[in-house]
Amino acid sequence: MAKNLPKTGIISWLTTVDHKRIGIMYALSSLFFLIIGGIDALLMRTQLMVPNNTVVTGDIFNGLVTMHGTTMIFLVVMPLSAAFFNFLVPLQIGAADVAFPRLNSLSFWIFFFGGCLLNASYLVQQIPAMGWFAYANLSSKQFNPTHSVDFWALGVQVVGLASLIAAINFFVTIINMRCKGMTLLKMPLFIWTTLVTQVLLILSLPVITVALVMLSFDRTFGTGFFNPSQGGQVIMWQHLFWVFGHPEVYILILPAMGIVSEILSTFAKKPLFGYTVMVYSSCAIGFLGFAVWAHHMFTTGLGVWATALFSAATMLIAVPTGVKIFNWISTLWGGKIRFTTASMFAISFVAMFTLGGLSGIMHSSPVIDTQHQDTYFVVAHFHYVLYGGAVMGLFGGIFYWFPKVTGKFMNELMGKAQFWLYMVGFNLTFFPMHFLGLEGMPRRIYTYAPDMNWNFWNFCATMGAYVTAIGGILFFVNFFWSLKFGAKAGNDPWDGRTLEWSIPSPPPEYNFAKLPEVTQLDDWWYKKYTHDGKRLNPPSQPVVDPKTIHLPHQSFWPMVLAFGITMIATGFCVPSSGVFVSLIGLAITMASTYGWAYEEP
Amino acid sequence: MSEAAHSHHTTTGIDNRKFAMWVLIASECFLFGTLIANYLINKSRGLVGPKPQEIYDINITTLSTFDLLMSSVAMVLALHYCKEKNLRKFQFWTAMVVLGGAIFLGFQYYEFSTFIHHDGLSLATNIFGSSFYLLTGCHGAHVAVGVLWMSSILVTSLVKGQDWFNSEVVEVAGLYWHFVDVVWILIFTIVYLFVYV
Repeated sequence: MAKNLPKTGIISWLTTVDHKRIGIMYALSSLFFLIIGGIDALLMRTQLMVPNNTVVTGDIFNGLVTMHGTTMIFLVVMPLSAAFFNFLVPLQIGAADVAFPRLNSLSFWIFFFGGCLLNASYLVQQIPAMGWFAYANLSSKQFNPTHSVDFWALGVQVVGLASLIAAINFFVTIINMRCKGMTLLKMPLFIWTTLVTQVLLILSLPVITVALVMLSFDRTFGTGFFNPSQGGQVIMWQHLFWVFGHPEVYILILPAMGIVSEILSTFAKKPLFGYTVMVYSSCAIGFLGFAVWAHHMFTTGLGVWATALFSAATMLIAVPTGVKIFNWISTLWGGKIRFTTASMFAISFVAMFTLGGLSGIMHSSPVIDTQHQDTYFVVAHFHYVLYGGAVMGLFGGIFYWFPKVTGKFMNELMGKAQFWLYMVGFNLTFFPMHFLGLEGMPRRIYTYAPDMNWNFWNFCATMGAYVTAIGGILFFVNFFWSLKFGAKAGNDPWDGRTLEWSIPSPPPEYNFAKLPEVTQLDDWWYKKYTHDGKRLNPPSQPVVDPKTIHLPHQSFWPMVLAFGITMIATGFCVPSSGVFVSLIGLAITMASTYGWAYEEP
Repeated sequence: MSEAAHSHHTTTGIDNRKFAMWVLIASECFLFGTLIANYLINKSRGLVGPKPQEIYDINITTLSTFDLLMSSVAMVLALHYCKEKNLRKFQFWTAMVVLGGAIFLGFQYYEFSTFIHHDGLSLATNIFGSSFYLLTGCHGAHVAVGVLWMSSILVTSLVKGQDWFNSEVVEVAGLYWHFVDVVWILIFTIVYLFVYV
């Protein structure tokens, strides 16, 4: 059966195991969820535009806060990063595919169904409303008697499983599938940040898995892990959540750091400054990322020693991050910079991320943190790192690799207009939040009195959000316009440095006609230029008959298995007869696991 | 498996599936680490109902631990005879692994039902019980997956006979099985033996 599946049309996409197609599906899904998360944000900003506003009720506002955070983190930034991992990792390390193509497809479908489960809460009007980090005991049955928290807990659980499977797959791929000559320190920096991200995922996801199981048990089976009246502790949730949650913020930012490194070095026409130091600082960030979780909890009263140690570790993690910022600036220094949309997004990443990083260092001091805790200053901080940082970097990546994925350029005029709308809108929204926070405006409030002195900056922030929204709409217009009318891009439209630019755009299903061999970092660049900059004739890809290249076969099983797993989780969100839903899901999971294992390769 | 096609060309020379299992084990260490930490924090925080030292039966648990350890020995022998291409002995020792795992699950069923019906400790009775069932139940689920996996290998071998000596698959399953065993040794020590110190 598997051998006769069509190569085009909808079935070919549902059954594909090609990492490039899976990457495209990740990207499209995350852009879809970006629209949902963006609408959440716009509704919130509209509500907060003027004091005592009544656009949404307090309950709905709480739901919007929760779903905006959850959607943007788990369904936008993580899968959009995964889209880049999928499309680029095999191409940049010179491999035919990832180590486990069918597992790769499984990851995507689990993520997709999990995202749908999470958002199904809107359809049954049981929107999770306890904040994206679901602090106990707001998340308890007592305070949230509907299934809203179950949708959140199970949705995140399922999406987390997808990330774990993908992380194992990419870790093995990067370590084990590199082409000849590509030693660890000859890998592009994007591959390095991807590798560190996978390590963080592999080691931090099990912690949130356990925490979510405990939450689900508390809610479904009446245990009391987070319920003091049964001997449990609410602080346990905070620890478990942030032991995962802090590595998670590096999971969100490291891929963007890799993307920006590639873009800056290409558009400055210079090798990445301090490549080795960049590698080590990525590893240091990954390592220290596990040692700073309690800085989210300074106000809980951890005790003097714990507070001092976590404060010191947090200040320490600023060092490798600062090293990176100087290296990016030095990469640009003296380069022949071309200002394209991609490079402008990448440069803005450095600037915006630095601003967010500086307010981050302020929070590493428990004294200051106690003042800032739960105010808009914190909201400003993490939007500068995750939006001004991660999202701007990822947009740069979209503009940079769009020609490779589709064979067409995105429109530069619309792209630059979007960039400026984003820059102005973003800063207009989030810079005033620093002031609001220092003036004492708390996070997550759904309205405020007119005499608090918060009116002007809130109005500015809302206008900024609208400007950003126009930029977002322009992006989607540009995206579809360019797919149809975009200027044709050659194999190597930006004069790139990494291996993906050595093959056609879009790449053939088999990637490389002959697996490449490399001798140095930026090997493709030095096939085009000598070390003193003289133009060489790069070798072209040999002509081969695609039929002679063995490719893994398409399969329905990953999608069916993912459906079964999601159905098990759905049982927890269904009143009364949930156990039957879970059992049917289990049956589908078992059957498709065997179908998968015994499928002819 | 299509994945097998690549296995001879890996950068490190290690089979992809074996490598992936090691990575999964790294992740599982954090999973069980969290569960064990949670148990240690909560074991004496139960407000009502039985306490650990009142209900554990060290004799039964010692027996089940011995059984699980022996199944690991059987796993070593199964892999050995798979590599030797000795079909009968390979199948025998694979069956022994399955049997050992199934007996362990039987012990666990007996233990859980005694706790629930005799000692009155169900999942939600107190926080000690909840943490205990979460930890040992998660381990039991891992054993059950291992039993299913080894049964599937046994059935495949019975059907395909001399054509199927896929020692890479058996080795990956073996890695998993040994890991689940090692976790039990930790649980046995931390959960069952530490009540004596």
